[in-house]
Amino acid sequence: MKDINFLIAGVGGQGTILVSDIMAEAGMLAGYDVKKTDVLGLAIRGGSVISHIRWGEKVDAPMSMRGKVDYLLAFEPIEALRQIEFLNGESTIVFNEYKIYPVTVSSGFATYPADNVIEKALKDSAKNIYSINTTNEAVEIGNVKTMNVMLLGALTLFLDINTETWEKVIKKFVPERFKELNLKAFRTGREIMKKKENFV
Amino acid sequence: MKEILSGNEAFARGAYEAGIQVVTGYPGTPSSEIIQTIGEIYNGDIYSEWSTNEKVAMDAAAGAAYSGRRSMVTTKQVGMNVLSDSLLYTVYTGIEAGLVVVTADDPGLFSSQNEQDNRWYSRLAKIPTLEPQDSQEAKDFVIKGIEISEKFDTPVLIRTVMRVSHSKSIVQLGERPEVPKRVEKFPRNISKYNCTAMYAKKMHAKVEKRILDIQEWLETSDLNKIEWKDTKIGIITAGVVHTYVRDVFPNASILKLGMINPIPKKLIKDFASKVDQLIIIEELDPVLEEQVKALGIGAQGKDIFPPCYELLPNRMKELSVKAGLIKAEKIPENKYRELLESLPTRSPVFCPGCPHRSSFYVMNKLKVPVAGDIGCYNLGSMPPFNAQHTMGAMGASIGVLHGISLARIPENAVCTIGDSTFFHSGMPPLVNMVHNGGRGVVVIMDNSSTAMTGHQDHPGIDWSVTKDRKAKKIEIEPLVRAMGVEKVVTVNAFNVKEVKEGFEECLKFDGTAVLIAKGECIFVSRKPKPAFTVNTEKCIACHVCFEVGCPAVVVDVVKNKKNGKFKAKIDSTLCNGCSVCSQVCPTGAIEAPKPGKESLAG
Repeated sequence: MKDINFLIAGVGGQGTILVSDIMAEAGMLAGYDVKKTDVLGLAIRGGSVISHIRWGEKVDAPMSMRGKVDYLLAFEPIEALRQIEFLNGESTIVFNEYKIYPVTVSSGFATYPADNVIEKALKDSAKNIYSINTTNEAVEIGNVKTMNVMLLGALTLFLDINTETWEKVIKKFVPERFKELNLKAFRTGREIMKKKENFV
Repeated sequence: MKEILSGNEAFARGAYEAGIQVVTGYPGTPSSEIIQTIGEIYNGDIYSEWSTNEKVAMDAAAGAAYSGRRSMVTTKQVGMNVLSDSLLYTVYTGIEAGLVVVTADDPGLFSSQNEQDNRWYSRLAKIPTLEPQDSQEAKDFVIKGIEISEKFDTPVLIRTVMRVSHSKSIVQLGERPEVPKRVEKFPRNISKYNCTAMYAKKMHAKVEKRILDIQEWLETSDLNKIEWKDTKIGIITAGVVHTYVRDVFPNASILKLGMINPIPKKLIKDFASKVDQLIIIEELDPVLEEQVKALGIGAQGKDIFPPCYELLPNRMKELSVKAGLIKAEKIPENKYRELLESLPTRSPVFCPGCPHRSSFYVMNKLKVPVAGDIGCYNLGSMPPFNAQHTMGAMGASIGVLHGISLARIPENAVCTIGDSTFFHSGMPPLVNMVHNGGRGVVVIMDNSSTAMTGHQDHPGIDWSVTKDRKAKKIEIEPLVRAMGVEKVVTVNAFNVKEVKEGFEECLKFDGTAVLIAKGECIFVSRKPKPAFTVNTEKCIACHVCFEVGCPAVVVDVVKNKKNGKFKAKIDSTLCNGCSVCSQVCPTGAIEAPKPGKESLAG
């Protein structure tokens, strides 16, 4: 059983924690020992949020060390960028390209880096990079909040756990009235990823 | 059966499996989810409540434990400062049924005003203390804690940290034991439960003997575990730091302590004698290190691992390489360090639709000195508001404002305090201020929630722990009037003009004035209104709307050619339609949504 380390990065309010909970649960159902850690608290007020998830034979620390993360799932471009030190030459990044400008940017105290700068740094830090505008896609299917589960759907194509398990776990974790919408988001995420040109 | 639980959910499960029947506490990150979980899942078996503050919670749990009900109290690390007054007498009295106190420390200051190490309370109070490393131990140690509590007739402290409380891992579940349906009449045992000096003298001797008895018992307890490997380096550690040590030192021998006060002196001496180099790895203060060194054992610790911040695996590894304990791993140079350091920070801000925004916008404009308090509203200390000039402890704002008025500064001052914080510890200083003739404006920011910690109830709410458990609601305005405040003004927090006029009226008053800014937290109302839009034709790029510090008000790509500045735009996926930005816009460029439009903010 190969150890797999994940890192999820996003902005408070985007639903990163839900996705990390789903990933932990799915890992346990697949027979892994599982640990995860989130940064909560002030972070729910629009701060940067990260979650580490580790699957393995026996997991000790709940967070990965630098250079040891296999998959980075980022809900926002610069939130992906902030975490590149955790990656290595074999890592994969899946990220939502919809930008959320920090208040420091709108107040004129800081600038948001240009697209080509972000792209180059990400490409230099990992093996595979996939970007999707899941925010727009989620608005398209009816609720912007499902952006998180859509991004998860895209990531799951890399993981050896069947769709039934993922969908069972999603149903367990989302409120009853949002179940169908989240399953739709999950499937949409997978479909979009399948169509990616460089997807192997 | 196994389940993935957070440390806090596991503490709640532990309460269930330990036969605990009463749980009290005050919300505080990272401890809050323990009582929330009990309220949501174990409500039929365990009574739980959010008490007005930690001391009240401790007294209530003590009363229940004196009466024969197993009880638990939860607090965050600084809440322990409030709680400790009552903790200390329970150590003297002991209990009839098991009593555990869970303190959740916050190394790394994720959401606290300091980084205090509550293991010092273990030594101060002479209370046996357990420290779990993950969710499984979180559950097990509550059960163990109740056992120890009843075996040695003492309360037991469990010390957790954010990384245990908020991390998740797999837990094997057990059953709930039989618990008494009825208890006997209250024990009239004055010499045991009344800490009057003549009895307390004897109690103190009992406490000293007890801690020695526990230490003796601990020497052979399975709470401590030795993992023998290479004996060149031996590490003594505890709690979640043990899991980091295992990742960073896969080859070292480790003594992992489950109980951190008292410590097993013989076992430590024995372990130390069998390793070449002894290292003590603990986050924050050298609490274990000082005790080990006091045994006459040579060891290293804080000279390698400093007392500030978390000691996560990355940092532990770096420091260990530097100290020559392990070899460096080849990691390619990060050529983007500069870029990473220049990235715009994303500091927490008032949510779109937050009722506090208008008050801070107005205080910023009025340029008044503001004594602040603990809660979401402390975000008002950040740009663009810069309008909460002090903050130190729960309820401190009103006392500090009183002191400012005593100093007779050449301007009028105000203080801010939330509704829950007011009930927690704002009432005594307000009474004090009124009684002693203090001058200033106390702004009670009533958002109908203990918001920052996850929207718990407080005495001003009509439910308790969960929304289906009805509770008596205490209104703040009549309460404040009954405390003798003669000037009380209540305003709608979403109406900037009303808020501004409220401030002006209160600032004119010669005495203690209270301004209640009332508006529900967006997480309480959960009714986002459709987004406003910027009419680009009307927008003159004056950037006044940015002064309300809303994440939904962002920079557009269109410029005003006259001043060369970018115009404003509203992110419709974030906007909650509160209208505060449109109220401050001087040209009426921020327009209300057309009727029938739905919110995208979900």
